[in-house]
Amino acid sequence: MKKVLDIMQKRAKQLLGEGIVNRVIGWKTGEFGYDQTPAVFTSAAELSSLVYDSFSAPNLSKYLIEETKKEGKALVFLKPCDTYSFNQLIKEHRIDREKVFVIGVECSGKVDINSLKSRGAVGVIGVEDNGEKVIAHTLYGDMEFAKDDVLLEKCRSCKGKQHMVFDELIIVNPVKEEKNDRFIGVDALDAMTPDERFEFWRGQLLKCIRCNACRNVCPACSCIKCVFDNQNSGVASKASPDTFEEQMYHVIRAFHVAGRCTDCGECTRVCPQDIPLHLLNRKLIKDMNAFYGEYQAGTDTDSRAPLTNYTKEDVEPNVISDKGGDK
Amino acid sequence: MQKIGVFICWCGSNIAATVDVKRVAEAALHEPGVVYSADYQYMCSESGQTLIKNAIKEKGLTGVVVCSCSPRMHEATFRKAAESCGLNPYMVEIANIREHVSWIHKDIEEATEKAVILMRAAVAKVNLNQSLTAGKSDVVKRALVIGGGIAGIQTAIDIADAGYEVDIVEKKPTIGGKMSQLDKTFPTLDCAACILTPKMVEAASHEKIRIISYSEVESVSGFVGNFTARIKKKPRYVNEALCTGCGICAEKCPSRKSKNEFNEGMDTRGAVYIPFAQAVPKLAVIDPTACIKFKTGKCGLCERNCTAKAIDFNQKEQIIEEKYGAIVVATGFNPIKLDGLEEYGYSQNADVITSLELERLMNAAGPTGGVLLRPSDRQHPHKIVFVQCVGSRGLRPCDKPYCSKICCMYTAKHSMLIREKYPDTEVYVFYIDVRTPGKNFDEFYRRAVEQYGVHYVKGQVGKIVNDGGKLIVHGSDLLMNEQVIIDADLVVLAAAIEPDPTAKSVATMLTASIDTNNFFTEAHPKLRPVESPTAGVFLSGVCQGPKDIPETVAQASAAAVKVVGLLSKDQLTCNPCVAGSNELLCNGCSSCEKVCPYGAISYITKEVRRGDFRRVAFVNEAVCQGCGACTVTCPSGAMDLKGFTNKQIMAEVDAICK
Repeated sequence: MKKVLDIMQKRAKQLLGEGIVNRVIGWKTGEFGYDQTPAVFTSAAELSSLVYDSFSAPNLSKYLIEETKKEGKALVFLKPCDTYSFNQLIKEHRIDREKVFVIGVECSGKVDINSLKSRGAVGVIGVEDNGEKVIAHTLYGDMEFAKDDVLLEKCRSCKGKQHMVFDELIIVNPVKEEKNDRFIGVDALDAMTPDERFEFWRGQLLKCIRCNACRNVCPACSCIKCVFDNQNSGVASKASPDTFEEQMYHVIRAFHVAGRCTDCGECTRVCPQDIPLHLLNRKLIKDMNAFYGEYQAGTDTDSRAPLTNYTKEDVEPNVISDKGGDK
Repeated sequence: MQKIGVFICWCGSNIAATVDVKRVAEAALHEPGVVYSADYQYMCSESGQTLIKNAIKEKGLTGVVVCSCSPRMHEATFRKAAESCGLNPYMVEIANIREHVSWIHKDIEEATEKAVILMRAAVAKVNLNQSLTAGKSDVVKRALVIGGGIAGIQTAIDIADAGYEVDIVEKKPTIGGKMSQLDKTFPTLDCAACILTPKMVEAASHEKIRIISYSEVESVSGFVGNFTARIKKKPRYVNEALCTGCGICAEKCPSRKSKNEFNEGMDTRGAVYIPFAQAVPKLAVIDPTACIKFKTGKCGLCERNCTAKAIDFNQKEQIIEEKYGAIVVATGFNPIKLDGLEEYGYSQNADVITSLELERLMNAAGPTGGVLLRPSDRQHPHKIVFVQCVGSRGLRPCDKPYCSKICCMYTAKHSMLIREKYPDTEVYVFYIDVRTPGKNFDEFYRRAVEQYGVHYVKGQVGKIVNDGGKLIVHGSDLLMNEQVIIDADLVVLAAAIEPDPTAKSVATMLTASIDTNNFFTEAHPKLRPVESPTAGVFLSGVCQGPKDIPETVAQASAAAVKVVGLLSKDQLTCNPCVAGSNELLCNGCSSCEKVCPYGAISYITKEVRRGDFRRVAFVNEAVCQGCGACTVTCPSGAMDLKGFTNKQIMAEVDAICK
């Protein structure tokens, strides 16, 4: 990983120096050793604080919406899963592709600090990934963990190690593809009775504090003005506590991003209340796959998403109700 | 704050017998904004309308709710009434308490409660209504007729005679359709060609008609008065301007294995051919799947023999783009495929034929030169069995549920013609019912039975077995209550008819609707039978439902009148209930453009705020049909529909749930 970072820094400095780009979007260390934060670097000197390690989880694609409005070209580092979001934003005309230089960087999965903490790692100041194991450096010494135990949810259900879009790639150690079934959690919910499922979600959504982190981090939630912020929409966040807000906010959000969500998993990663928000999106992805054929948002920039396309092969509404759609 | 008047119609006893109209009127007075309410026996009558007009004037109403029948019936009536006394017509809303309440409920208490709820929803909407003004759009004075059978030809001639340009697009190399394959026509027995070919010639020579044959409409965009069609002209490999239709190429062509479509595949034609003697346009066409030159690169006999130098192996597909004010669908029908109906053994026995094949066998231009010979051994059949309702009025998946309507009459015609020409032939007809409504129809059928001695057997055929050249027909005679076995020489099946397979794609292209049997749906089954629900799209002939020739021609002329009525206008009033994008909210994400079925949405880059240039959606209001697909797709709620805003709909839902 150190080697990858060296190449990243060298190449970024080169591109800045040649004037091909005038800024670099990457990660820098936050307040703690484990909260790697998106950052813009504009000089070679600044670039020395660029980091790329097992905590560099944030998806940088969404930052390009604002960055590509500025003059000149931006360099961005994208992990494989981030490239899906990038493509989707291109498709929705939210990013100007001409103003971005994409460098795809290798990724073998990012580490979940909450997992480390729950396994007893206190005072984490850094992390090292040796392929098999994750070594957490703490103020009190190093601790070793099985990698699968401490990966973020989004990495445990990784979509693949291939970059969907890039101008250049930085891959030192090619990462092996591993099969996983990202719909296991959804299947478990599907197996519940409607009452059990309702109770599950009510329990989860009651925890929501409406901090809007999920929405703000979501690359599909790129509206200039969210309906929940628009006083004229009639559903804007209300001061009065009501169960509608708690129960429906996330459901409405899931429907708004349906067909556009790339399943990047950022919503679940940033939720301070540990609500498994990705399950809502994945349920819709699973259903769309079943009804309209396999579709992965963000694999390209020009195909039509199932919900904004009509074909003769589309299922009839009765098929949807046969599958339990009207229950 | 609006000042709303609520008017409750009794519709005679249609509503008043099930809904306590007084109570609805009383309840209305408690709704926000309502300043007046009244009930009346017939709100749509002159005096009912006067009641509304007077209330608007005297009470200074700014909005009106009429609780009455479906808005499809009288919305226009009440809007006009309001407009006549200065109120914007779009300030009038209808609460449908007839179709949605009184006609479907029995209990007065429940029905009244529901009527009050629907009234409340309409009032909630009117409270948010805004005056709307309709725009105007120009009418292109040219019509497109899709299909060149008798329906399309008649429609085109009538439109052209009224002075408007018409294009007929026909997918086959010639116009004429199914009628050109018929021998004689009931009930007068005139020869089909004798009455059809003058029409074909008239269409071809009419200065206002252009026949675009061997072509298909590929796509249609636009809206009533201003459609744009892309027409794909398939290559004939024959230069239309040079070909004289002499037919030498067809004579010389060494490839003779292609089935002759005109004779229902009962004889063969060359790879280059003229469909039939009276074809219009009379031009040769090369079938590249059969042509030796196309398959091996060698031959070119036709090219060498053509004195007009019309053969052109390099001809390419052409696209014609044209604008039209109105479109007529006249895509016609086909007999169904009989492979699924195994009891008749159609695919196994050459001598089990369809009625359309019999037409060709009896026609002078047919494969037997008009002498009735059975296909297997070219012998004269002495015993012929006709079976009616083959695939019609059935419940199996291979059957059609409807009556094909024409079979009773043409079977009577066939049996009569055979008995007339070959009196030594015995003719049996198996039928479920004989249906002969129509002028001189029953007389015609009775002539077959009484004068020509055709044996009509009420019952169906269960099995046909080939026994050494004889077809053993097992049927039942329901009147005698016995099984009948007939050793026939020829069996003729009156196959059900179904819409042409192109009907579905044409309907999709025109956003016109079709029913479960793929027949086009009319705007109203009784009162608007030749219009489709899509404005500017009209229906002619069997594409709308089974019809015989007289009915088809009558409907074709009716469709023409509708087209002429439309084309005679210089401008049309647009629907003001169109979508609009709030640029401050629009992300320019293109979702709305993708779901718009009318292509009404495009994107412009605009300075939304000072220095903030953004890509935002732009709705072409003349093209928008107000379907609302964009409003539900828009993630940010930037897109809204005038007259049906998200807020109005939410207000209605809230009022209902109150």
